[in-house]
Formats: sequence, structure tokens, C-alpha cells
Amino acid sequence: MHKYASPKFFYALAGQLTPWLGGLTAILLIVGIYLGLFIAPADYQQGESYRIMFVHVPAAWMSMFIYMMMAGAGAIALVWNIKLAEIFSSVCAPVGASFTFLALVTGSLWGKPMWGTWWAWDARLTSELILFFLYIGYMALQASIDDPRRAARATAILALVGVVNIPVIHFSVEWWNTLHQPASVSKIGTPSIHPSMLAPLLLMIFAFSVYFFTVALIRMRNEILERERHTSWVAQVLESKT
Amino acid sequence: MPPLLNAIGCIFRRDITVALRRSTDILTPIIFFLIVVSLFPLGLGPEPAALRSIAPGVIWVAALLATMLSLNRLFANDHADGTLEQLLLSPHPLTVLVLTKIAAHWALTGLPLVLISPLLAIQMHLPPQAIGTLVLSLLLGTPVLSLLGAVGAALTLGLRGGGVLVSLLVLPLYTPVLIFGAGAVTGVIADIDIEAQFSLLGAFLALALTFAPWATAAALRVSIE
Repeated sequence: MHKYASPKFFYALAGQLTPWLGGLTAILLIVGIYLGLFIAPADYQQGESYRIMFVHVPAAWMSMFIYMMMAGAGAIALVWNIKLAEIFSSVCAPVGASFTFLALVTGSLWGKPMWGTWWAWDARLTSELILFFLYIGYMALQASIDDPRRAARATAILALVGVVNIPVIHFSVEWWNTLHQPASVSKIGTPSIHPSMLAPLLLMIFAFSVYFFTVALIRMRNEILERERHTSWVAQVLESKT
Repeated sequence: MPPLLNAIGCIFRRDITVALRRSTDILTPIIFFLIVVSLFPLGLGPEPAALRSIAPGVIWVAALLATMLSLNRLFANDHADGTLEQLLLSPHPLTVLVLTKIAAHWALTGLPLVLISPLLAIQMHLPPQAIGTLVLSLLLGTPVLSLLGAVGAALTLGLRGGGVLVSLLVLPLYTPVLIFGAGAVTGVIADIDIEAQFSLLGAFLALALTFAPWATAAALRVSIE
């Protein structure tokens, strides 16, 4: 077990895994997009514009999933002092923030034909926006601490505080929204979804997840090289590359 | 007196004394609170109905910002003169000591904000029955702001650009308190039952009291080591 947790071994393992994961991402994305954009029928209420959901929902899902992964890895790093968990947690934030941003943009694009406005203070959009701010804060804290170990520990604490807060924020915003807006605008309903729409949606969620792990591995490899740049094995790796 | 209680008493008294000797430090956030709220009528026009409808939100947001500005005082001076290291080295649980410091911070920032808020409520034409609610909601909410803020202050201790950084970390976490604090006052004006808002503010306080000192202590250990 310790062998796998050593950065040197992980660097090589991740290097072998990334092409496979990258290929899987491409296949899943192509199949998911094809099924979503060409095979799935148009919605009887929303027409074709509902298809943005095949990007929007997975992106929103990933934005929360990545925050959970980040906080979980941060907790493991804090408690057991495992370097790899620290590195994983430190590479998550930019990917998570990008997915949150994507969810916000696609939500706004979908809002224009549906609500007739680019931005509505809809409960889910608002909590995505606050999640985006949480990611930005995390990244700002990370960037302002030079020592990577201290940065990892500090951001892990912040992520844990955030993780306790995310459900609270979500329900607060939902409650606030129902008080201020008629519910008819905020929801298109979550009743049963037809399998022909569900299949591409699940495929896209899967594709986004595999994409995240691919990017995380690539970023982790860079981070490992940077942190271990004074060791002999990194020197060997760099020599073999040039 | 048990040593722990003695230590708590000492830290609380010390923090209050030190702050009172530098009284401008205490006054600045309160004056800021007054100025920010007073700017809104100038920007929006003096129409009482319009002011009344935005007053709860404006006063609460101003309280959030004023608390945030004062967060720097919580640990920075102690960090600079080495007191904080002594606290970390003391045999007492750091969580309790940190909680004491937060309590002293609240007594010097949150409490004055609560006490001065009726004045602003009158300025913003809040109806009389809403003034009591505003004071109560701030009384329940401002300790949460101090507690959550302490985590941010501890995390950014000694970092460059600390002040702005704290706001990035802490303001998103303040949103639930803002929603229910301002919501309670708005509810009273609209004549809605506001028991839920107060229950939730109380729940936030209980949650923050449980977790924030612990997270702050952990963050201080990371920042000092």
C-alpha cells in the first residue's frame, strides 16, 4: 500500500493511466453528445433548448462532486498526513471552479429562452454562484501561501468548513427563493424522465467524471514534479525527456 | 478557581483592556457601519417606502461588512507580538482559548453593532415593531459572523493581502445568516410568522459554536507552525 502512495510510484502509474482515461472520456463524450443531440426526442414543452441540460446538469453535478472530493482528500491529508491526498486536494479547485462556471453559463443560456432573461435569482443558480465564490476563495488562499504544505493544510481546513456550509447555504437559498419568487419560475419539475433522455444524461455525467479524473491525474503529475524537483528521480525523469 | 476558568477570564479581560486602550480600533467598524447605511438614502433618494423595503437587507449587509473589517484585529496583533505563540504553547485546550478570544471580539464589535442598530432603523424608517426584531436578529446573528470570521482570520494570518483575502473566504459563508437575519426583519414588516427564521439563526449559532473554534484552532496551528 505504501508503495502506491509514494509520489515516485504514483507518477509512473498516473502516466500509464492517463491515456486510457483520456480515451474513455473521448468515447463517452462522443456517444453521450450524439445520443443527447441527435437521438433523444425534443421536449414537448421546451423544444430543442432543453438539450443544454446534457451539459448543464453534469457540470452542476461535477461542481459539487469535486468540492466533496476536494474536502474529503483534504480531511485525509489533515488526519493521516498523506502526501498524495494533499496533492490531489490541491489540484481539484481549478477544475471544480471551471465546471461551476460552465454550469452558471449554460444555466444562463438556458434561462434566456425559458425565463426570458439571462439571469434569474433561481435557487439552484444562486447556490451555484455561491459555490463558485467558495472555489474562488479557496484558490485565492492557495495562491497566497508559498509553502505548498502549509497551503494544502490551510485550504483543507477551508474546504471542510465549506463542506459543512454547502448544504446550509443550499437550503437557505432555496427557502429564500420560495419566499421571494413564485415557485412556477424556479422549477420545471423533476418528474420522471424518459429513458431516451436519461441515458445520454447519465453518459455525460460519467464522461465528465472520467474527464475530471484524467485532468486531476495530469495536474497531480505536474504538482509531484514541482514538489519533488530536488530529488534524484525527478532529475532522471527530466533527463530522459530531453 | 480552576486554572482553565482562570485562563479564560485572563484572556477575556486582557483582550477587552487592550482593545479599550486603542479605542479607535473599536470605533472604526461601528463608524463604518453608520456611514455605509447612511449612504444608501443618498444613493436611492429619501423616499420612506423605498428605504423601508431595503432597510433590513442594507443594515444586515453593512453589519456583515463591518464585522469583516474588524476581523484583522482578532489575531494579527497577537501574532505580531508573539502572544499567540504563548497561547498555542499553553497547557489549556486551544479551542477554548480561541472561543474566549472570539467572545471578546464579539463583545467589542458585534455587540456595539447590535446596540447602535435601532438608530439606523429609525434613520431607514423601519416600523417600530421591526426594530426589536432587527436587534434580536443581529444579537443572534453577529456571534455567528464573529465565529465564522475567526476561521478566515486564522487561515489568512500573516499572508500578503490578508484583508481582501479574508473577505473572499468569509463572505460566501455569511450568506445563510444574511438570508435569515434580513428575512426575519422583512417578515415582521410583511406581518409573517418569523419563528422559523429565529430558530434557524439559533441553529446556525449552535453549529458555529461547535465547529468554528475547532477549525480556528486547527487553522492557527497551521499558520503558526
